[in-house]
Amino acid sequence: MAPEINRRTFVGASITLGGAAAAASALSGCGTDDAPPAGQQTTTVSLRVNGKDEAVDVDARTSLLDMLRERVGLTGTKKGCDQGACGACTVLLDGKRVNSCLTLAVMHDGADVQTIEGVAQNGRLHPLQQAFVDCDAFQCGYCTSGQIMSGLGCIDEGHTGSDAEIREWMSGNICRCGAYTNIVAAVATAAKNT
Amino acid sequence: MFPFTFTKAADESSALAAGRSGARYIAGGTTLVDLMRVTVERPGAVVDVNALPYRNVDLDDRTLRIGSLVRMADLAADDRVRRQFPVISQALELSASAQLRNMASIGGNLMQRPRCLYFRDVTANCNRRTPGAGCAATAGLNRNHAILGTSDQCVATHPSDLAVALAALDAVVVTRDSNGDRRIPVADFFRQPGTTPDQEHDLRPGELIVAVEVPTGPGTSRSGYLKVRDRQSYEFAVTSAAVALDVAGGTVRAAKVAVGGVATVPWRLPAVEQALVGRPVSPGLWRDAASRAADGAKPLSDNGFKVELVKRVVERQLATVAGLP
Repeated sequence: MAPEINRRTFVGASITLGGAAAAASALSGCGTDDAPPAGQQTTTVSLRVNGKDEAVDVDARTSLLDMLRERVGLTGTKKGCDQGACGACTVLLDGKRVNSCLTLAVMHDGADVQTIEGVAQNGRLHPLQQAFVDCDAFQCGYCTSGQIMSGLGCIDEGHTGSDAEIREWMSGNICRCGAYTNIVAAVATAAKNT
Repeated sequence: MFPFTFTKAADESSALAAGRSGARYIAGGTTLVDLMRVTVERPGAVVDVNALPYRNVDLDDRTLRIGSLVRMADLAADDRVRRQFPVISQALELSASAQLRNMASIGGNLMQRPRCLYFRDVTANCNRRTPGAGCAATAGLNRNHAILGTSDQCVATHPSDLAVALAALDAVVVTRDSNGDRRIPVADFFRQPGTTPDQEHDLRPGELIVAVEVPTGPGTSRSGYLKVRDRQSYEFAVTSAAVALDVAGGTVRAAKVAVGGVATVPWRLPAVEQALVGRPVSPGLWRDAASRAADGAKPLSDNGFKVELVKRVVERQLATVAGLP
């Protein structure tokens, strides 16, 4: 059977080509975090991701988000704005929801990280994931992993007393499809069931 | 992002040594990482100070002492703060998002850089980023900019809600370097742009914020923060007001009022406070006092509405806080 080329492999190869083109232009310092230039410090970060120990060599500039996506291979966490304005990159860091784009991977040696890939257990969706399906709480799905990780934090913090409270405490996650009404319903449903 | 060396300070002396050699301190990183990515910030060295012992919130009869590494979410949720300093909890919980409040430290909140879009855009002229380059906002899109404390060099607002509450409550920033500790009143900590808009605060190179101290007093529990913005949540203030009142026997005994979103630094309103003290409580009093809220305002082409808005926000928040039990 011919080797299957999946979407990520294709996208990854395209990024590599794009990176080569960028390197030829005068964009030093503005490229991707993938290839440390000569002289830039790399550090090994040891941390636990979804219950599994990982040791990752990173350029000091690498965000936690880029480390998860590009080095650990967990692409469920999304990069939306890359400036802390959209919430698509939300993960649980030592149990608390954070924007993984706004923190450096090197700051988190020894940390415990949970991403969307670690939410389902033994092939069963978490009640919040199931509630997103049942409530039709997404359209394009790009913000969904961030919404779910943020929703886990919101429920854990106890900010689900009313729809208004959920709206306020989920405001760090933008949904450009406008699925907010159903996202609030999903979080409220899961809060009752967990 | 430009290359930099990264170290993690194991203790205070190694942090201060790194700071002395020019390293930038990082705690939550929510401002610094963001601005490094857009190359507004280009530090050659960054030192992580999260291991330092500035994590406590302590309250005694005279002072609330907030460690500089306490996270915004944790301070906002502290029962003692909620009860005795509601204006601090409210200012924090009306800031940013739940995720950012879990990350950002109190010291870092005070050290936020301006949110002016021209400051963030390295292709635009900005005196704060590059002294002498000119100010694109003065003749540009300036609806979100300041009407108070401006100069012809810079009109960016100070973005922190917390700092407005702290300014109202006469808080003090406690700093440390190899020469020892300093106590800097919030009123002196932030600098108006004047002719040196790149100098935003009173910290010396390598000086580290250790804590913020807020004096207790009869007025702090009757306090609150009102934030008016373009969307209901997760947005910077168009105009905000921090108010603390000491009311007894139907008379205002003391008043602390500061506003945000309209000034280049957290902006205290002594004229409003003086118009309140010693007067009997009445709706007319709030309006008369608030009429002084825009004294000295210099509106720009797009933000003249803030002159009226700041008066209304102050009036509404005076009435709200006075009506608290």
